[in-house]
Amino acid sequence: MRKNLLLIATIVGSIVLLAFVAPQTVNKGINWINNLVSISLPNIPDRPFHLGLDLLGGTHLVYQADLSKIISSPDDAMQGVRDVVERRVNLFGVSEPVVQISGNDRLIVDLAGIKDVNQAIKLIGQTPFLEFKTILPTAQGEAIIKQALGGNTEGLTATTLCAPSSIVILNQFLVSFGVDPCFQPSGLNGSGLKTAQVSFGNQSLSPQVSLELNNEGAKLFSEITQANLGRTVAIYLDGLPISAPTVQSAITDGRAVISGNFSPAEAKTLVARLNSGALPVPIQLISQQTIGASLGQDSLDRSLKAGAYSLIFVAVFMIIFYRLPGVISVIALLIYTLIVLAFYKLIPVTLTLAGIAGFILSLGMAVDANILIFARMKEELVAGKSLHAATHEGFSRAWLSVRDGHVTTLISAVVLYAATTSIVKGFALTLGIGVLTSLFTATMVTRTFLNLVTSKWFESKQWLFR
Amino acid sequence: MLPKIYKIMFWFSILLVVLSIIVTGVFGLRLGVDFSGGSVLELGFENRPIITEVKDTLTAKIGDVEISPEGEKGLIIRTHELTEAQHQEVLSALQEAFPESGLQERQFSSVGPVIGNELKQRSLFAIFLVLISVVIYIAIVFRKLGRTTSPWAMGLSAIFALIHDIIVPVGIFSLLGHFYGIEITGVFVAAALTILGFSVSDTVIIYDRIRENIIRGGNKNEFGAIVHRSVMQTLTRSLNTVFTVLLSLFAIYFFGGESIKYFSLALIVGIFLGAYSSIFVASPLLVWLTKKA
Repeated sequence: MRKNLLLIATIVGSIVLLAFVAPQTVNKGINWINNLVSISLPNIPDRPFHLGLDLLGGTHLVYQADLSKIISSPDDAMQGVRDVVERRVNLFGVSEPVVQISGNDRLIVDLAGIKDVNQAIKLIGQTPFLEFKTILPTAQGEAIIKQALGGNTEGLTATTLCAPSSIVILNQFLVSFGVDPCFQPSGLNGSGLKTAQVSFGNQSLSPQVSLELNNEGAKLFSEITQANLGRTVAIYLDGLPISAPTVQSAITDGRAVISGNFSPAEAKTLVARLNSGALPVPIQLISQQTIGASLGQDSLDRSLKAGAYSLIFVAVFMIIFYRLPGVISVIALLIYTLIVLAFYKLIPVTLTLAGIAGFILSLGMAVDANILIFARMKEELVAGKSLHAATHEGFSRAWLSVRDGHVTTLISAVVLYAATTSIVKGFALTLGIGVLTSLFTATMVTRTFLNLVTSKWFESKQWLFR
Repeated sequence: MLPKIYKIMFWFSILLVVLSIIVTGVFGLRLGVDFSGGSVLELGFENRPIITEVKDTLTAKIGDVEISPEGEKGLIIRTHELTEAQHQEVLSALQEAFPESGLQERQFSSVGPVIGNELKQRSLFAIFLVLISVVIYIAIVFRKLGRTTSPWAMGLSAIFALIHDIIVPVGIFSLLGHFYGIEITGVFVAAALTILGFSVSDTVIIYDRIRENIIRGGNKNEFGAIVHRSVMQTLTRSLNTVFTVLLSLFAIYFFGGESIKYFSLALIVGIFLGAYSSIFVASPLLVWLTKKA
């Protein structure tokens, strides 16, 4: 009685799993029945598999944030970077983007299914890094210039280079040498910004950008202006000066104006960029992996094909070598596949190329447990035991080996998952799920079906087993 | 007593390991960009232009490049780490120079040296961690065999087999890298750890049988014979398992596409070696270590 219940539970479970894993196929069947007997059974909702970048096409970007200037709370700064980049990416309309902090100062951006990667990278990189800088003592500036030009300064002095009128030359200097001889960070940057908007100058009527600072920003700005009365405070965007006004009076209301030589369109873009968020710290792209959509589709097709062949090869081998138990292990293998695929959808597991390889590999492993058990059964049958006794012995004797073999593989999978990066993680996850599932199917499922065929009737047909 | 074949095969394995170390020392490993840093660009074409012409175009733009054909219509370009601006420059330069070629970007990766080094360290650490965990697991599972053999001898023999299973494929891939330009990429770490997992379970299954045979009555004097009997009893299982796993892997190798072809090759070599070493490295070593103790 208990045997039959288990069997029915297994069969019903498998059908439910099939409906969950491959709804299209099952729905076709349902529709066919609906047409045939004119009733309207409902269709099963379709929940797609999560495919990784390498199967869908897309890009994996790693950014390094420069936290050297942040003293108070690097974590907050990274959180800020993450939020800003996420807003940027969302603006671009990618479905399910992943933006996550990795380690202390890395940001990982995964954009799956994106068509124009170049555009996206530009968009993230463009996110402005706004900074207010105060004047550097002239002596220090001279030293930097000397060092950069190698002694031959060609008449260039800190005084001439840092005059508000020579912003263009200063720009060139910064681009060529990467050191700033004129200004130093004041501690006020994009994180102090509340909003920006386009306005027009009182006299010139030329477009300019008005900034409104938040409370902290306003406080800092008031301190800075107080300390620099009559001197220049430069406004830098993405590391380059765009405006260098002279402080006339202390500004306490948190309002500042950038009056560069903007065209109305430029002023508008700058405002849009500033409002979508200024990065609290500068970031740099240090690694990217981009996979074209066509290659992704290609890889997906091929790996599915490999999986199908693998299943067929293993099935044929098992049936030839182990006969009836072989057939049962193939059934167990199919149920195994269903369970694993259901896990992939439920958790959900993002399937990558390496992940699918992990799955195919786990097919081989799932069969291993059955091989262990059947090999033991064969031995007991040869020793002259009855089918029923041999099955029982086969399971109980093989159990320790099955357990130990699975645990050691599981150890690798866990270490792999914990100690490696994203691409290999997918492999570790599918392998791990495979090991756990196989432990269940190889014992429970195989046993349920084997008990079914070890009845008296089969006792006289032992050639089916050995 | 342990038959002579074990001794012969054991020394053969030692020879293989030594050769692998020498080969790796001489030729080095050809590491992919995810370890070494740099850029790889894979392009697809409808009409593939002549490689030397592509090379000339690119050398003028970004300096040193290495170009190899990929399949019928593809090209793989390897070079130093490119910025995104340089990457776009390369694409537009090629588009301009070969407007009729139907160029399509299939894959691009650019990895900074920091990331590459990190991956190296993490990978070595992961392999080390697996080795340690495995010894501990074996020592715990087989702790009750203390009277016949030491669980640490079992752990140590298993580890030796594992080291063998890692070093020999490394040697083989050093040769493949030297002669056929096959690179070791990040997924090889996954392959290495999987090999470790499979190899250990092969060894553990023999150990399980040894334990059973000891419990059923056997004494230390004929330990070699017990080990040999256990190996023979598990032989069918070992062969069949390796065979089914290899069937899966050959399916990946032949149908799975370029990008995981060599990953599956590493697994094929490693898993075969794993089954082999459980029999001819771990088992004789266990017997010898037990005698010494």
